[in-house]
Amino acid sequence: MKKNNLKAWLYLLPAIAFLGVFMVYPLIDVIVYSFEEGYNSASQVSYGVGFYNFKYVLRDPYFLQAVKNTLILVVITVPVSTGLALLISLALNSIKALKKAFQTIYFLPYVTNTLAVGLVFMILFNKTAYSDGLINMLINFFGGSSVDFINGPYWAKMLVMCIYTVWVVLPFKILILTGSLASVNKVYYDAARVDGTAKWRIFTRITLPMISPMLFYLIITGFIGAFKAYSDAVALFGTDLNAAGMNTIVGYVYDMLYGNSGGYPSYASAAAIILFLIVFTITCVNLLFSKRKFTV
Amino acid sequence: MNITLKNLTKKFPNRNRKIKEDVVAVSNFTFEIPDGKLVGLLGPSGCGKSTTLNLISGLETPTSGSIFFGDTDVTSLPPEKRGVGLVFQNYALYPHLTVLQNILFPLQNIKGKDRPTKEEMNARALEAARLVQIEELTDRRPSELSGGQQQRVAIARALVKMPGVLLLDEPLSNLDARLRLQTREEIRRIQRETGITTVFVTHDQEEAMSISDLIIVMKDGVVNQTGKPQNVYDDPVNLFVAKFLGTPPINVFDGEVKGEKLYIGEDEVLDVKGARDGKVKAAVRPEGFIPAEDGKLSCGMERVEVMGRDTSIVFKNASLNTDVGRAIVESGVVKDPDARSVRFTLKPNKTHLFDPESGARIYYGDTKAE
Repeated sequence: MKKNNLKAWLYLLPAIAFLGVFMVYPLIDVIVYSFEEGYNSASQVSYGVGFYNFKYVLRDPYFLQAVKNTLILVVITVPVSTGLALLISLALNSIKALKKAFQTIYFLPYVTNTLAVGLVFMILFNKTAYSDGLINMLINFFGGSSVDFINGPYWAKMLVMCIYTVWVVLPFKILILTGSLASVNKVYYDAARVDGTAKWRIFTRITLPMISPMLFYLIITGFIGAFKAYSDAVALFGTDLNAAGMNTIVGYVYDMLYGNSGGYPSYASAAAIILFLIVFTITCVNLLFSKRKFTV
Repeated sequence: MNITLKNLTKKFPNRNRKIKEDVVAVSNFTFEIPDGKLVGLLGPSGCGKSTTLNLISGLETPTSGSIFFGDTDVTSLPPEKRGVGLVFQNYALYPHLTVLQNILFPLQNIKGKDRPTKEEMNARALEAARLVQIEELTDRRPSELSGGQQQRVAIARALVKMPGVLLLDEPLSNLDARLRLQTREEIRRIQRETGITTVFVTHDQEEAMSISDLIIVMKDGVVNQTGKPQNVYDDPVNLFVAKFLGTPPINVFDGEVKGEKLYIGEDEVLDVKGARDGKVKAAVRPEGFIPAEDGKLSCGMERVEVMGRDTSIVFKNASLNTDVGRAIVESGVVKDPDARSVRFTLKPNKTHLFDPESGARIYYGDTKAE
């Protein structure tokens, strides 16, 4: 028994060492940094211990702007992308011809580089000296006036950001949902048909409960992913996100560390901890909600 | 409600796309299922019996032919308008609903003025649960039930909407041997109590014979024989039906008819008045052998298996189509279990002659004309 335990630890050692060095130690370090006031990474000294970093970050208008942006992004994109993915998967599941072709098309954004996608969105939305972008051309065609989506009003930028995020996360969700829809045993639908179940009732009472574990998985990972948004914003609005007013929490953390206004690991750590707490709380709520729904 | 099937045919496109020819699952099926009877649809796997059931339920539409429930032509009606109760092979209980919710499900589908009130629904669901004796399990989920209990829930769900026809697709195949015996009695009891016209599909001939009023034996999409179980067993129309029914299976010998006498090997075993000369397959039921010292069929004795009520003699014969044959005799008849050989007299009504090529029955004894 003891010998076996020793062996087990030995086998686990590489993974534990790796996780310890690259995950656990930095995590603890971040927590420590977040409480050390005015920590300087060059001289490795700090002035004291306390909540000053959190107070500073929570009062920083850039951070508040980032939190607002992130929350809007989360609240809009998670339900919209999950709902859209469900609709598209249902459609894909009910067609026979060209199913494979459509699946491939819907999956393309997943394998495309974020920055390349950003470029495509530039062409769609960007207003340059030469053109107003494809979307503006459409708006003009229907009699509207051009909107500057990249450097214009806040709502326009947010709209582009949301569309972009939805578009990027959609393929993975479609992939998961078509898979779980296809795995629902056909016999349940046959049974429902023989019992004269209306289409909508089949969907709400059979399909949805059957795929709900996957749906919840997508919602939870969707929340986490949206909270961690950063590269999408960079792809659309460039690296100076504070100036564009489109920063996200992760973007704020990055800027605090390495950006033009950077060099403040303490503030970055505090912001990261706040982000962690938000994501953790929301995930817990999500899990609680999904559990309650399926044990009663 | 009686069910009439007229020239029912169902073809599927071949899975192998290179083969243009369709697969015929059911071919020219004509039969009338009388009101209130329990009919067993019997055949080996892939013979089209489940397809026939799906045609009756409306899950499949026939390529040609028609289906009547009573006097109504339901051929083109979708399943929900036919009012059938269907029990699936794996029960298809909704795993996320409780037993009661499962049974209520068909009732909650009813729309318009026929929709019962909540109290009526509950009362009917509980009544159905009581009929299949699961009323104490109504709060459980299907995963918390045994196979037999799930089966009962499935039957209750099929019965709760008071269908005119109850269809069961291999209802016992997922149960263990003891439960199977018990559940088939149960199905019989429920069917008797409700008087519902019931069709049930099985590949197990014993199951079909034991509880059906009528059986339909199918092979390769074609109905081979229909009738009361005993009649089909006693008078098989072809070698397939003879071999398919009965445990232990019928013993098939290569034989020959010469001058109205049946020969197996060198032995002249039976008078067959009116039979034409020529090679035949002679099939003898296990209970058709009488061990006798002056018996005309001589066989090598392999062993004797004592089963209490009766004894089975495992024998060998060069003309036998299988390795060994099996005769079932009363216990005590075998005097010397260690003998090397045994002689039998054959019972004429347990011996059937078939054409060796087509397998068709060629001789019905001297009472019936050929």
